[in-house]
Amino acid sequence: MINRLKRRFVAHLDPVLMYALGALMFVSLVLMYSASDGSWSRVFGQFTNILVGFTALWIVANMPLHYLMRIAVPIYVIGMIMLLGVMTPLGITSHGATRWLNIGVATIQPSELMKVAVPLMMAWYFEKHEATLTLKNYLVAAILLAIPVALILKQPDLGTGLLIAASGFYVLFLAGLSWRIMIGLAVAAAASAPFLWHALHDYQRHRILMLLDPTQDALGKGYHTIQGMIAVGSGGIIGKGYMNGTQTHLDFLPERMTDFIFAVYSEEFGLLGNLILLTIYGVVIARGFVITANASTYFTRLMAGSITLTFFTYTFVNMGMVSGILPVVGVPLPLISYGGTSILTLSLGFGMLMSIHTHKKLVQS
Amino acid sequence: MNRHVELKNHQREIYFFRLRLLLSLGFVVVLLLILLSRFVYLQVIKQGYFKTLADNNRISVAPIVPNRGLIMDRNGIVLAQNYSGYTLEIAPGKVADLDATIDALTKLVDIQPRDRKRFNKLLSESHTSETLPIRSRLSDLEVARFAAQRYRFPGVEIKARLFREYPFSDVTSHLLGYVGRINQNDMDQLERDDVASNYLGTDYIGKTGIEQSYERELHGTTGFEQVEVDAGGRAVRVLSNSTPQSGQSLMLTLDAKLQQVAEEAFGQYRGALVAMDPNNGEVLAFVSKPGYDPSLFIDGIDQQSWDELNNSPDKPMVNRALNGAYPPGSTFKPYMALGALTLGKRRAEQRIFDPGFFTFGNHTFRDDKKGGHGSVDMYKSIVESCDTYYYMLANDMGIDNIASFMRQFGFGQRTGIDIAGESEGVLPSQEWKKKRFKKPEQQKWYPGETISIGIGQGYNAYTPMQLAEAVATLANNGVMYRPHLVQSLSDVSTGQKTLIEPKLLRTIPLKQEDIDVIKRAMVGVNKEGTAAGAFAGAGYVAAGKTGTAQVFSLKGESYTEGRVKQELRDHALFIAFAPADQPKIALAVLVENGGFGASTAAPIARKVLDYYLLGKTPKPLQEVKHSPEKEDD
Repeated sequence: MINRLKRRFVAHLDPVLMYALGALMFVSLVLMYSASDGSWSRVFGQFTNILVGFTALWIVANMPLHYLMRIAVPIYVIGMIMLLGVMTPLGITSHGATRWLNIGVATIQPSELMKVAVPLMMAWYFEKHEATLTLKNYLVAAILLAIPVALILKQPDLGTGLLIAASGFYVLFLAGLSWRIMIGLAVAAAASAPFLWHALHDYQRHRILMLLDPTQDALGKGYHTIQGMIAVGSGGIIGKGYMNGTQTHLDFLPERMTDFIFAVYSEEFGLLGNLILLTIYGVVIARGFVITANASTYFTRLMAGSITLTFFTYTFVNMGMVSGILPVVGVPLPLISYGGTSILTLSLGFGMLMSIHTHKKLVQS
Repeated sequence: MNRHVELKNHQREIYFFRLRLLLSLGFVVVLLLILLSRFVYLQVIKQGYFKTLADNNRISVAPIVPNRGLIMDRNGIVLAQNYSGYTLEIAPGKVADLDATIDALTKLVDIQPRDRKRFNKLLSESHTSETLPIRSRLSDLEVARFAAQRYRFPGVEIKARLFREYPFSDVTSHLLGYVGRINQNDMDQLERDDVASNYLGTDYIGKTGIEQSYERELHGTTGFEQVEVDAGGRAVRVLSNSTPQSGQSLMLTLDAKLQQVAEEAFGQYRGALVAMDPNNGEVLAFVSKPGYDPSLFIDGIDQQSWDELNNSPDKPMVNRALNGAYPPGSTFKPYMALGALTLGKRRAEQRIFDPGFFTFGNHTFRDDKKGGHGSVDMYKSIVESCDTYYYMLANDMGIDNIASFMRQFGFGQRTGIDIAGESEGVLPSQEWKKKRFKKPEQQKWYPGETISIGIGQGYNAYTPMQLAEAVATLANNGVMYRPHLVQSLSDVSTGQKTLIEPKLLRTIPLKQEDIDVIKRAMVGVNKEGTAAGAFAGAGYVAAGKTGTAQVFSLKGESYTEGRVKQELRDHALFIAFAPADQPKIALAVLVENGGFGASTAAPIARKVLDYYLLGKTPKPLQEVKHSPEKEDD
């Protein structure tokens, strides 16, 4: 009886992914304790976030695929309405950016929802027109992507905007967008870079400039990058040891529970720790690729591919910005940085991946 | 059929999809490798560099300033000490509106316009982002008032600091000098000497006098504390420290009570007095009157006080003992006589006739005594201070013989006393004149110029220090020691004492019988000669010689003291040593515009000798005031 319940409970969970994700979340809890200087409250907070995320993951994993197809359009529409709502007086401005929406009972960030909604909508759209794909369909899909991205960049939120653009692009790419168009777009993008530069906000330009030479403004805009690099570099091969990072524990490292948590890890566990962490992320990504390759429908292939590649993008951008090869764009380290929204969004994605994998099996058997 | 085509398309689609997926995988792998190589670069190749940066972030080195050494007189009376007091300090970088802040502070703490001016001067000279004092020596009440309102004044703080204090104030000002705040010049000099790191955290440095010349010994060694700090600059824990080493205490050769006696003996007169132990060169008293209040300089003098000191006709900032150059007048005669004996130009008993004048060419040199001293031998020439005797003698010896003999007694040379800034004076000679003047007709030495050199006038100009050194050497039978003010240094922590050995400069080749002739004559001066009045009833035998140096030449008129304005009166001089047979003290006194040496300079010498040899105090000495209160200013 208990065994049957147990089997029923784990039926739609992918063991490889579950172990890898569990390892990442374990690392997250361990780091939270160190980054908060030995306080349990952040550890419990993150544990709660993980529980909520896991619940969402379990529910989505147990959802049949046609459910996902069915909710794609409503979620996208709701997301768009809320994104537009941010621009009304209901929007909340903080630190010069209007990203939040007051819905009476709570404050939410609609761009987070769009991380799931945009690729879902695009994959749904391609599935609908699978039989008769023409250039026009790619154009429509691109517009479905461009409008929310533009709205998010306008908030301004460069990090989220670029990540959603990336996840949408992965859908277009996997859906078979012709190479000629992609190369043409790349050339056009390069040509329009100067204009884009003008369109950026001052603080965004600063961040890019600081990446090129962070020492120019070591105490101002370049401070994050420099302190992050110092933390990573001074960690050396084996690290300074758990709870012994001086950059972390003497407050030199900013944002050390969120965007810069990788610097905490790197300082305390060194290059060897980084190799282990990269391996865990590698396992997650590799498993994502396997699931994608074996997905049964056009929709699920696109969806699984986009989820996997987006997850990788998060990882790469975060580690890249902490180690000073990318500008500081405010992207958390997936599943490790503190934050309920980010964990929830990612869990939804992994729930879908598992659903895609396990429901296909059930259909086959 | 239709269905078949669709199926084939499906296979192709999956094939292309997987191809693209494979491409994506390649993209992922490449980016992961880039990340990995970045980690290797940061954590392996540049690890040392970033380790240093991380340490620089967290480790802060705080200097611990050593206590400055004390200065005491030969009997242990403290002449310079430290006391801790509170200062109100402002960090200019952290205060937006300095004037408004100071205005507001004025309501809590007494801040005078001169404090403000001094602060502004410090601000303009400030070389680091340090805090600068606006007021020092706060009273307890002021400290309490400020502490209660402290939250209103970010960037303003009260600091406990060690201050330098000179209990004898102006009495010892010219020999001790003073400490002052380190300015850019001092900083540059410290860097050149490669000791700048030893001055981290130190605000003061010796600027003049002993404070300057013994700066290295007095300062000590700065300690350091390595502290781990967090990003806010708060100290988390001490990593390591090295304790500071206090500066060494100086024990001077000076007798502070004797110094006070000498200082008081001058009364309202300006002048200088240097007393030495002829047996070893120890300086017992070193007076330059008037002195000044050295505490004015410690935190930077304000413009008003500076102008007062500089524009005063008394010139209190001039160190007369070391930098004043005066003709020695008749105090030069004993050395002239000794030179004559040594060079064989005169015998002691040889007599000349003094008609009251000496004619050289068509110029007549007059003797002070109308009608002359009559028949004069060497003894009488000194006791009665006969000018004609020395006009003739100078003419017989010649300028270069005089110069080379006098040079042995240190005339016209720096004595080498252990404080800086000593003047050289002028020992005239043919060579000197050639160097001194540019035009050929001025460079020539005229034999007529030699005549007045014989009575200590003319180009002759010596510092009171040199006069004291010369008489000490004479008292010590030609054995010359370098004058020095510091007797020993002692290490406060170990208690180890380093004695400064007397330095023998030279032994002048003289015959003892010749020296005895001169000494006898100088005893005669005080017994039956020009200083007999001043030394009447002394309980010891003192040798002396009076002198008068012309300040202003009254052409053709006779000099009547009462009719000449005070600042044009002659300078009075007196040299002496005692007891005559076993000298324990030798001194030179100069009284500016004091008139005849016998009337003003000799009595001062008498008081000093009375105190030193007999312990007689002319009147109860003024109590030394301690910790001058700000309120008294």
